[in-house]
Amino acid sequence: MDLLVVLVVLAVIVIVVGAPLRRRGGAGAGAGADADESAERAELEAARDAKYREIRDAELDHRTGKLSDADWRTQDRALRAEAVDILRRLDDTGYSSAAAPADDGPKG
Amino acid sequence: MLIAGKACLILALGTCLYGIAASLYGARSSRREWVASGRRAVYALAGTVALAFAILQAAFLRSDFSFALVASHSSTTTPAFYRATAVWSSQEGSLLLWLLLLSLWSSLILWLTRRRLREIAPYATAVLLGFGAFFASLLVFLETPFTQALPAPLEGVGLNPLLRHPSMMIHPPMLYSGYTLFAVPFAFAIGALVTRRLDANWIRSTRPFTLAAWFFLGVGVILGARWSYSELGWGGYWAWDPVENASLMPWLTGTAFLHSVMIQERRGMLKIWNVSLVLATGVLAILGTFLVRSGILDSIHAFGASTLGVPFLVLIVGMIAGSIALVASRAADLRSEHRLDSLLSRESVFLLNNLVLVALCFVIFWGTFFPLISEAFTGQEASVGPPWFDQYTVPLALILVLLSGVGPVIAWRRATAANLRRNLLKPALAGVLALGVLAALGLAREPGALLMFGLAVFVLGAVGQELWRGVRARRAMAGGGVPSALVSLVRRNRRRYGGYLVHAGVAVLFVGIAASSSFQDEREVLLSPGQSTRVGSYDVTYVKPTADLRAAPNGRLEKIDFGAELAVARDGKPVATMRTVKSYFPSSAPFVGPVSRFFEGEATSEVGLKAGWKRDVWTAIAPDTGALRTRVEEGDRVFSEARLTPAERDALLGQALGGLVRSYADDPPPATFRLIVSPMVTWIWIGALIAFAGGLIALWPAPRGMTSRVSATYAARVGREVRTPARV
Repeated sequence: MDLLVVLVVLAVIVIVVGAPLRRRGGAGAGAGADADESAERAELEAARDAKYREIRDAELDHRTGKLSDADWRTQDRALRAEAVDILRRLDDTGYSSAAAPADDGPKG
Repeated sequence: MLIAGKACLILALGTCLYGIAASLYGARSSRREWVASGRRAVYALAGTVALAFAILQAAFLRSDFSFALVASHSSTTTPAFYRATAVWSSQEGSLLLWLLLLSLWSSLILWLTRRRLREIAPYATAVLLGFGAFFASLLVFLETPFTQALPAPLEGVGLNPLLRHPSMMIHPPMLYSGYTLFAVPFAFAIGALVTRRLDANWIRSTRPFTLAAWFFLGVGVILGARWSYSELGWGGYWAWDPVENASLMPWLTGTAFLHSVMIQERRGMLKIWNVSLVLATGVLAILGTFLVRSGILDSIHAFGASTLGVPFLVLIVGMIAGSIALVASRAADLRSEHRLDSLLSRESVFLLNNLVLVALCFVIFWGTFFPLISEAFTGQEASVGPPWFDQYTVPLALILVLLSGVGPVIAWRRATAANLRRNLLKPALAGVLALGVLAALGLAREPGALLMFGLAVFVLGAVGQELWRGVRARRAMAGGGVPSALVSLVRRNRRRYGGYLVHAGVAVLFVGIAASSSFQDEREVLLSPGQSTRVGSYDVTYVKPTADLRAAPNGRLEKIDFGAELAVARDGKPVATMRTVKSYFPSSAPFVGPVSRFFEGEATSEVGLKAGWKRDVWTAIAPDTGALRTRVEEGDRVFSEARLTPAERDALLGQALGGLVRSYADDPPPATFRLIVSPMVTWIWIGALIAFAGGLIALWPAPRGMTSRVSATYAARVGREVRTPARV
């Protein structure tokens, strides 16, 4: 019984772990360049989402009295300029807003 | 199934080693199929370890004493609930639980990031599997749970009586979940350093795991404190014990990281600090595990001396050296992208809060390891006690609570003095008013506690003001009543308002700690039945003794209980009847007489507790068993001289012990009672519940539709600026 269990576990491990190696194809060669591009895009998307969150937080800070009208306008302008810069850099990597991933927090 | 269990562990170790090699090869050669194979090795590890754990769990539930571990940590008379928890009462079983949780959390994060973090993930996989390989090696070579008992005994030793508490089901898994979850951000930080991808992307992906680690470790710490308070006979919830401290240290640095990482996400600042914090937290989590298992420091919570000290030390040294080398070699990539805009900003408050949390961690580290440090320098082991810890931790805790009130009311980036004044005015007035009222009520004799109460009111005022202003803003935007606006506000800003709730909970928790430790009345008194004593404003009368000989369903004598019933009155009016018991479990040591072995083994205290909103009345009995000594020795002598069959012996032993119990009940000797009246202990648990509710709110993922919709709104808004750059 023990031996059977061990053999089954071993077989399952080999199947699970070996599956990607049996499906090898186009993924291997040239994956490095893809990975670089994808990592850069992911970084920019993270920066974009963080910037949206900053804009939202500044807006909420203003509404809850932590920022005066003048301070908020200055800060909001600066934040949007930074967001625009990130969006431009995303455009350069072939970004499409439709493909934008979800943010991690809802906005107020 | 012993062989199957052990084979699973060997296969788990092999899977870890393969996965490390596959992940590193895949990363170096940019071959995704190998990276995927390495990731799947983590899933396979989880499955294999889960099977090993299930085999061991089944052996405990079936009381299969062919497993040496089951024979030494359980028995047929151990209730099924405790047989289930007995798995992790041993060194071996708890290591297996550690590995199981590590593999499950690792599988989850790697599955969630399977299409993201493509550069970092393979290295993180290798690190997580490295931890897996370490623990699997310990289980295969040093502390295997699958050793055969030869011959298998008919009955097991049973579970340590101190561990027969409902918290045993949840406290260790919570702590281990916290420790193992902190391995996730550690592993991804290593991956980010290796690949020089040090932006906020990896932080975003691992943030829920860091928060979950903070949550689980915090729950584990509080459950441990609660268990200690209600089960151990010393009357406190925190003793600055090395193992308690070890669980608190990573929680403190993890809390610091959760704050400072927000600055990196927003501004690209504090990269060195953040990566150092997360690496330190990972090391401290392993250090906590090391302290529990190595026997290097004396602790009531630790496993006994073991051979695990050296391997853990090697791992910790490797983690520290590797982390320092990686951070130093990536210093140029870790430069901040921006500077602090103003000292009057939330970023500055977060920085101060980080310094206080790290200082707290350092104080606790120094105090915990002082016995080893003093031994290294003076040759003599000296330890520091609660007064030493209090002299440093109390002022730091006061500053921390102050900052947790300032943080929510100060703006990001740059706040003006006028705005800050306006936002701080009402909470500060509330705090000062509370200080004045409480001082007038006579609480000024404990200035530290008084200050803590005032600061807590300030924090609650600040959080309440923030919630109210947020609700008002929400209603102005979307209308509706206050409750719906509040729900909507929190739903849309879970991270912010979850965090505020944590601050409020921590303030309440500190009120409980300050009140209970500063205004506690305590007495240790010898009483005979009918006698009374006074503690605080309560009169406590020893009404009558209780005594019982407990047998398991199969007739095996399990323990002797000696206790007392106490009547508690205040201003002449009865308040409560409390019962406290000390249980004596038989020793399994050889060469101990059959009667005296019941007084030579483990003893546990059942505390008498009358908990209330304002104060707890707590008592524990220490019966004088010395008065029974002559009869116990006489019993041992009779049994040693009698020639009896085992059945006759069991029956006579039952009669002899029954006689002892009756004699205690009929003619009770005076008993020592420890009596404590502690104000506001309940608020410690309530504060913790509030804080963890806040943690859950911050942790709970937002509905996908909502985030996409709101992201789209901001994208459209900023998009307009892209088209009309002159406006920006």
